[in-house]
Amino acid sequence: MSTPEKLLNLVFAVLLFFGVMGAILLLTQRLRSRNGERVQIAAFVGPSLLLVAVGLLYPAVTTIIQSFKNRALTEFVGLENYRAIFTDDSQLQVLRNTAIWVILTPVLATAIGLVYAVLIDKARFERFAKTLLFLPMAISLVGASIIWKFVYDYKATEQDQLGILNAILKSLGVDTYRFLLTEPWNTLFLIVIFIWVQAGFAMTLLSASIKAIPDEINEAARLDGASSLKMFRFITIPSIRPALIVVLTTISIATLKVFDIVRTSTGGNFGTSVLANEFYTQSFRAFQQGLGAALGTLIFVLVLPIVVYNIRQMRKLESR
Amino acid sequence: MRATRRSRGLAAFAGLTTAAVVLSACGGGDGDGASAGGTSPGEGKAECEGLTSFGDLSGKSVSVYTSIIAPEDKAQKASYKLFEDCTGASIKYEGSSEFEAQLNVRVQGGNAPDIAYIPQPGLLKTLVQDTGQVVEAPEGVGKNVDEFWGEDWKAYGSVDDKFYAAPLGANVKSFVWYSPKMFEENGWEVPTTWDEMMTLSEDMAAQDVKPWCAGIESGDATGWVTTDWLEDSMLREVGPDVYDQWVNHEIPFDDPQVESALKRVGEILKNDDMVNGGIGDVKSIATTAFQEAGLPILKGDCGLHRQASFYAAQWPEGTDVSENGDVFAFYLPTVSEEFGQPVLGGGEFVAAFADRPEVQAFQTYLSTDTWANEKAKATPGGGWVSANTGLDIANLSSPIDKLSAETFQDPEAVFRFDGSDQMPGAVGADSFWKQMTAWITGQDDATTLENIEKSWPSS
Repeated sequence: MSTPEKLLNLVFAVLLFFGVMGAILLLTQRLRSRNGERVQIAAFVGPSLLLVAVGLLYPAVTTIIQSFKNRALTEFVGLENYRAIFTDDSQLQVLRNTAIWVILTPVLATAIGLVYAVLIDKARFERFAKTLLFLPMAISLVGASIIWKFVYDYKATEQDQLGILNAILKSLGVDTYRFLLTEPWNTLFLIVIFIWVQAGFAMTLLSASIKAIPDEINEAARLDGASSLKMFRFITIPSIRPALIVVLTTISIATLKVFDIVRTSTGGNFGTSVLANEFYTQSFRAFQQGLGAALGTLIFVLVLPIVVYNIRQMRKLESR
Repeated sequence: MRATRRSRGLAAFAGLTTAAVVLSACGGGDGDGASAGGTSPGEGKAECEGLTSFGDLSGKSVSVYTSIIAPEDKAQKASYKLFEDCTGASIKYEGSSEFEAQLNVRVQGGNAPDIAYIPQPGLLKTLVQDTGQVVEAPEGVGKNVDEFWGEDWKAYGSVDDKFYAAPLGANVKSFVWYSPKMFEENGWEVPTTWDEMMTLSEDMAAQDVKPWCAGIESGDATGWVTTDWLEDSMLREVGPDVYDQWVNHEIPFDDPQVESALKRVGEILKNDDMVNGGIGDVKSIATTAFQEAGLPILKGDCGLHRQASFYAAQWPEGTDVSENGDVFAFYLPTVSEEFGQPVLGGGEFVAAFADRPEVQAFQTYLSTDTWANEKAKATPGGGWVSANTGLDIANLSSPIDKLSAETFQDPEAVFRFDGSDQMPGAVGADSFWKQMTAWITGQDDATTLENIEKSWPSS
């Protein structure tokens, strides 16, 4: 299809959309009864449900079906792909790394964001301090990874150093260190990149929640002689609990999908691969499409309960 | 891959004039499918001779999808101008650094380009077998490949005895970069045997110069550089026939012969006395970008860097790349006379997903000596070469391109295509890279080869 043909198709599709919507409006505007309202709702929700089905459900179902097929998706192989994920050494390492990511990242990012939010709350330079932590959010994960790749750069001790961390180590008289190469610590150094990007998000949300705590509660606690630490433990934390959970789960979901950082920093080498990176590699590089689909399905299965929990918490947060 | 020697065939530089004959023979105006008929817009113009037989293609367009991106794409586009002027067709060029993965996505999604330049025979095979959407090459392309390339190159573009894709550009991988100036100052000489090369390396080490520099970091393709090393070593130690068996999995990946070839590579790459000039120890190879790995030569921090002809593009502006200049390359010497002069190389292949007349005409044009020479002239800065024997070496500007073209056209040379590019994706674009990277960071020879063998897909 040439570009003008594609454009023509696009115009046609948009016109069709307006036509259908217009027809629905015309047909339903006269219905005023209770039943009529239902028809109206169905007429408006229907198209979006259809789009969700085509754009989300259909590919999800196809992927799940493909996960039971062989490399070229030509025949069914049963649970073979899943067996590979849970028995193959390199795949097990991928699972292990993903577990480390999912356990550490949300907790650390949220903790850092929370402590930071509490510390700078009502300080004179609060806005400036918030901006500082929030800025990395504006950088894409690929960009952040490239920045940190320079930070982690390794040269032998006697050479001129490019990486700032190794430059510091050298100036302290310590041997330079292979941050991205040394297993299993390299996974932790990759996690640092993600936290650097995500802590700002946690801080912003939590800071807003902290400010929403009614002053009376704080005052009452202070009058009762609570120390700062006790205030934090018994007033702040319980008051912002729903927000904390939303932040934790949101970061967990993002962590399960983490791909850019691993791909940019190490390409999954040196034992740092995670599910999403492996999914891409197997599907599009290695042409193991069945295995790729199985890895994708696994991410889906792992994310699903967290998403459900997250949505329920968000509802709670909104209904307060 | 039965041919063990590159046949010189009709290597006599046919020049531009024969293109007319070849094209009219295959593009033919008498209804063999490759001509659109009508009066070509190029009719009567001298430079269009041979292209007019494609007929009138005005208003038609051909989409091309490639991994060749800026700045190299400029010369590509310029080389299509003759075709566009003479036939009236227009070429829609699109380059992407994510080409390999995205091509698959596009083909599976029913949005295949008309033509794709595929740099790996293994990927071509996968696309042909898994998707069934690749169109067989028109007869004229087959004839051109017979004439200008020969049997072995034709085999790389064929799947299950059907011919799909003609070669486009090519590169020589069996090169060692060095500094002629530095060699002269120290009284070193370009080695002609592997043993001489090892003696030279030890001499350098004795003079406190780390002999080799190396780097294999290349994003998610990290490790490919070491696969080239192993392939070169295989060709030299056990010869092209065993090499072919290994590539086609007729012998296991971890055959003892492969292990011995890997050991030879390890004597250089895994020896702290030999590497890694200007950067660090053996492990530093894994995190050094391949683009930067050879640069310490300019500072005199290392003397030798094994890398393909396309590394010419990496030297900073102003570097004198010539036989007596700052840097130049020599042929990676062979171990013994037994297997001739093996040359490892790579290149792209022109695969089509449509068989409209304009697509076939463009495909045919790309397989002629006319295009090869047009491309050479459109690349005044150098950095491009083809194994097309109709390419007049005088049209190439850079000395390293000339050296590459001479190597390709040398009747003594035993050419073999990059092995990892021919293997199934699960090995050639995944486990081979990954395991060789693990090998550099400390994994032993046997485990490395064993792990790759295990990853070879059963179907």
